Amino acid sequence: MTDDPGTGDAITELDCLGKRCPLPVIELARAIATAPVGHTVRVLADDPAAANDIAAWCRMRGQELVGSVPPAFTVRRLA
Amino acid sequence: MDQEVNLPGTARAHFDAASAAPLHPAAMSALVAAYADGWADPSRLYTEGRRAAQLLDAARAAVAECAGTRPDEVFFTSGGERSAALAIDGLREGRRRAGAAVVHSAVEHSAVLRAAASGGPATGVPVDRLGRLDLEVFAEAVTAPGVAAAALQSANHEVGTVQPVARAAELAGDVPLYVDASQSLGRMPIPDGWALLSATAATWGGPAGVGVLIARTGVRWARTWPVERIDPEPVNLPLVVAAAAALRASAATARQDNARLSALVARIRATVATGIPDVEIVGDPDDRLPHLVTFSCLYVDGEALLHALDRHGFAVSSGSSCTASTLRPSHVLEAMGALSHGNVRVSLHPGVDEADVDRFLTVLPGIVAGLRDEAGVGSL
Repeated sequence: MTDDPGTGDAITELDCLGKRCPLPVIELARAIATAPVGHTVRVLADDPAAANDIAAWCRMRGQELVGSVPPAFTVRRLA
Repeated sequence: MDQEVNLPGTARAHFDAASAAPLHPAAMSALVAAYADGWADPSRLYTEGRRAAQLLDAARAAVAECAGTRPDEVFFTSGGERSAALAIDGLREGRRRAGAAVVHSAVEHSAVLRAAASGGPATGVPVDRLGRLDLEVFAEAVTAPGVAAAALQSANHEVGTVQPVARAAELAGDVPLYVDASQSLGRMPIPDGWALLSATAATWGGPAGVGVLIARTGVRWARTWPVERIDPEPVNLPLVVAAAAALRASAATARQDNARLSALVARIRATVATGIPDVEIVGDPDDRLPHLVTFSCLYVDGEALLHALDRHGFAVSSGSSCTASTLRPSHVLEAMGALSHGNVRVSLHPGVDEADVDRFLTVLPGIVAGLRDEAGVGSL
């Protein structure tokens, strides 16, 4: 866990490059599950479905998609 | 583990009618009769040729009757993909003074998207979360300068959502609207307002390799094939005769079939929603095709799910990227922002038994739970 220089928030980095969906979404869900509320997780994922499915997961789970610039996706735990 | 092997004693159930349905019995008998009687070249003037020409005329008349058009507006092609290309190329050619742009929904069949993207500019219009065309954006795009044609499917082939064809035709005004009616012809009435319409026999119980293209008289559209021919290429007459017989037979029982299949689809939607955790059912729950439902299971690999269902005797299709040769997720699910992994499309043909649907709903929750256990995501 490091500090995000932009916001000062705690951030976890996940390297899912080369992993096929749904693996990046599963790893994101695991990281969010163990993170405190307000914590941010940054996922690197280059599967073509990652952008769509990470956004869909955030919508289904009520978490916030802070940034989506493939291959980097940033999600904040809201609940 | 060999994923292609059925579990012992497992019966097969075909739940992929939107790709292809088993040949309708009426098509099978028409096919045999046409191979006996309609083998001659219908353009020849001797007795056998004239007999073949009569069979072709009757097939054209049957399709025209089912589509509510005139026989001279109906053309037979080698398939839905060919019909889509002829429609879009022909509209671009016929309207080249207006422009070359084609405005289409983002969720058209890939054959329509390919035709639109080759030969001129193409504008994709977004859809809402249910997969329905955004009419405001469409109205703006279709009235911009330089538009040759608009393209909108009658209903979506992956999620079943019925499109607002009549309203889109009004908004298009003088711009001709091409409707891909592949999932609707022979099943549901087609709304008015279209200029060109296409469909494929494989989805109404006819043989693969037959498409229809219907062009309303007076539409600015260029037939891009030699004028001395009625159809774009020599037809495979027995297949065309079988396709027309299947269409007539399917249309005749559509009301009863739709009621029965729509109730089965409603049961699948309800059971999946309540019986399997973390599933997103995709598409309009009400204004939909009667026979089709799509859902995505969170954290599940679509290819693994498809193979597990296959082993249990069920043929389904999937919009998940891992099941596509391109390894890209379905452009329809993406356009809707719907979850794309763990995706299953069930589409029923009239021969499907209620008992098969019950068996599917009995085994599905366990299959999904098993795959989630394997992935260790039970508690997520």
